[in-house]
Amino acid sequence: MTTVHTRGRPVRPARVVLRVFLTVMALGWLFPIAWAVYNSLRDFDYTSVNGYFSFGGFTFDNYLEAWTRGNFGQTFYNTAVIVIPSVLITLLLASSVGFVLARFSFPFNLTLLALFTAANLLPQQALLVPLFRLFLNVELPYEVSDSGSLYDTYVAVIAVNIAFQTGFCTFVLSNYMKTLPKELTEAALVDGAGVLRQYWQVVLPLCRPALAALATLQITWVYNDFFWAVAFMRTGDKLPVTSSLQNLRGQFFTDYNLLSAGSVIVAIPTLVIFFLLQRHLRAGLTLGATKG
Amino acid sequence: MTRRQARRPKQVRTLSGIDRLTVVLMVAVPTLVVVGLVWGPALATVLLSFTDWNGIGNLADINMIGWENYQNATTNYPPFGPAVQHNVIWLVVFFFGPTLLGMVLAVMLDREIRGSRVYQSIFFMPVVLSLALVGFIWQLIYSRDQGLLNTVLGTDTDWFGDPDINLWAVLVAAGWRHTGYIMLLYLAGLKAVDPALREAAAVDGAGEVRTFLRVIWPVMRPVNIVILVITVIESLRAFDIAWVINKGRNGLELISTLVTQNVIGEASRVGFGSALATIMIAFSTVFIVIYLVQVMRERR
Repeated sequence: MTTVHTRGRPVRPARVVLRVFLTVMALGWLFPIAWAVYNSLRDFDYTSVNGYFSFGGFTFDNYLEAWTRGNFGQTFYNTAVIVIPSVLITLLLASSVGFVLARFSFPFNLTLLALFTAANLLPQQALLVPLFRLFLNVELPYEVSDSGSLYDTYVAVIAVNIAFQTGFCTFVLSNYMKTLPKELTEAALVDGAGVLRQYWQVVLPLCRPALAALATLQITWVYNDFFWAVAFMRTGDKLPVTSSLQNLRGQFFTDYNLLSAGSVIVAIPTLVIFFLLQRHLRAGLTLGATKG
Repeated sequence: MTRRQARRPKQVRTLSGIDRLTVVLMVAVPTLVVVGLVWGPALATVLLSFTDWNGIGNLADINMIGWENYQNATTNYPPFGPAVQHNVIWLVVFFFGPTLLGMVLAVMLDREIRGSRVYQSIFFMPVVLSLALVGFIWQLIYSRDQGLLNTVLGTDTDWFGDPDINLWAVLVAAGWRHTGYIMLLYLAGLKAVDPALREAAAVDGAGEVRTFLRVIWPVMRPVNIVILVITVIESLRAFDIAWVINKGRNGLELISTLVTQNVIGEASRVGFGSALATIMIAFSTVFIVIYLVQVMRERR
C-alpha cells in the first residue's frame, strides 16, 4: 500500500539530496564515538603492529586495565557522593521558591525570578576567586576535613553545584507550576490545607513530569561538571569521574586502546541516560530555553 | 465588586502565622544560597579586581589600586591578547558553524522524513558528553602518532598540540557537541509554530524557502534570541576542553583558563585574576540582560 503510494509520486531530486546529506552527516556524527568503542575492544600489541586502521585483535582486557589504572571504582563513588545530594537539594530549593513565585503575586516576584534565572548564566570563573578564598578561610576541625577548611571537601563542591543549578530549575519549575490550574490550590485552601501541604501534596505531585525531566538533566550536568571539583579539590582520590580526566592523561596517553576504553567507561553513564531517558533530557532542555 | 475584593487578596491575607513563616522560608533559604554563593561572589570579584590583594594576609591590608590590574592585564600580560582573540574566534566560529548547522538540521528534520527521530537522536548524542570527555574522544582522532587523521591524510601533525592549529581542532570537537544542542532547541521552537501559518503560506503558493524566510523566521524570533545568547555564553564559558588538553596554554589560551591559572595556581594573584574575571562578567551581563528581557516578556 505504502510502496504503491510512494511509487505513484515522482521522487523529487531535492528529497534525495536531503536524505544523502542527512545520512552522511549522521554517520560522521556517530563516528568519533564508534571509533572509540571500536579501538577500546582491541589489543594494543595488535594495533601497534597493524595500525589502528585495521581489523582484528579483539579483546576486553583494555576495560579491565583502564578500570584499575583510572581508579574508576573510587571516582564513580566520588561522583555519586556529589551528584545525589546536589540534584535532590537543587530540586527541593528550586521547587519551593518556584512554588511561591508561581502561586502568589508578590511585587518582587519578577525581580526574584530574574535573580535566579540569571545566576545559571554567569561564567563559572566569575565566582572562582571569592569562593576559593572563602572555602580556604572557613576553618573546620581536622577530624572533619583533612585540609582544615572547606577547601578540598565534598560539601564545598556540592554547595556550589546547588547554588549554580538552582536558578535554572527555579525558572523551569515556576513556569511549569504557573500552567497548573489555580483552582487546585484554591480547593486545597478551602479544605484548610496550609501552604506546606499545598506545596508538598498538591502541587509537587503534579509537577512530576517537570521534576523527572529536570532530575535527568541535572544528573547529567552535575556528572559532567568538570570545573568545580578541579577548582575546589586538591586530593586526587576525591575527584569525581569527569574532573579526574585531567589526571588520566598521563595514565592513558601512551596507550590509545586504554584511552579509548577509559573514554567509553566515562561516557557510559550519560549514554545510558541518553538511551533510556532521552525524552526527559529533551524535555528538560527545551522547557528551560523556550516557553514553559 | 465585593466578590473580587474577597478573591484577590485572599491568597496573601488569609495566610496564617505558620503559613507566612513557611512562605518566607521557602523563598529565603534558596535566595540566601544563590545570593551567598553566586551573586555575592560575583560582586566580590568585581570589587577585588580594583585591589592589590594577593590572597594572603588580612582583608585590612587590602589597598585599592584603581584600574591598575586592568592596565596590567591589557598591556603587560602576554597571554591576554591571544586569549581574547581566541574567545572571539570561538564565538564567530560557533555562530557561523555549529549554531547555523544546528538550525539547518532542525529545519530539515522538522518535516515528514522517514527516520527523523533517529537522525535527531544521533545529532543529540554528543550533547550528553562533557566537553572534557569530548577532548579525550577526539584525541584518538587528532593524536600525532596514533591518531586517525594523520593515518588517513598521511601527515605528521599534532592537531591538539600545534599552537597554530589546535584552536581549530578544538573548535571542531566542541562544535560536534554544540550542533546537537542548537538543533534540539530550534526543533522545539519549530514544533511550536502554528501549523495554520504554514498552510496559509502554502495556499498562497509560497515555496518552502520563501515560507521559511517570510513566515517561520519572524515567528521564531524568541527562539533565535535564546540561541544567540546561549552561543555567546557557551563561547565565553569554554574551558573544560582547553584545560584537559594543556591547561589552556600554547595556542589554547582563553580568558577562562587565564583566570583559573591566576587563582588556583601557585602564584595566587587574586586582584589580577579578578580583573580578568570581571571582564567576563561585564561581557556576559549584556547577554544575560537580553536573555532575561526575552524570557520575562514571554512569561507575561
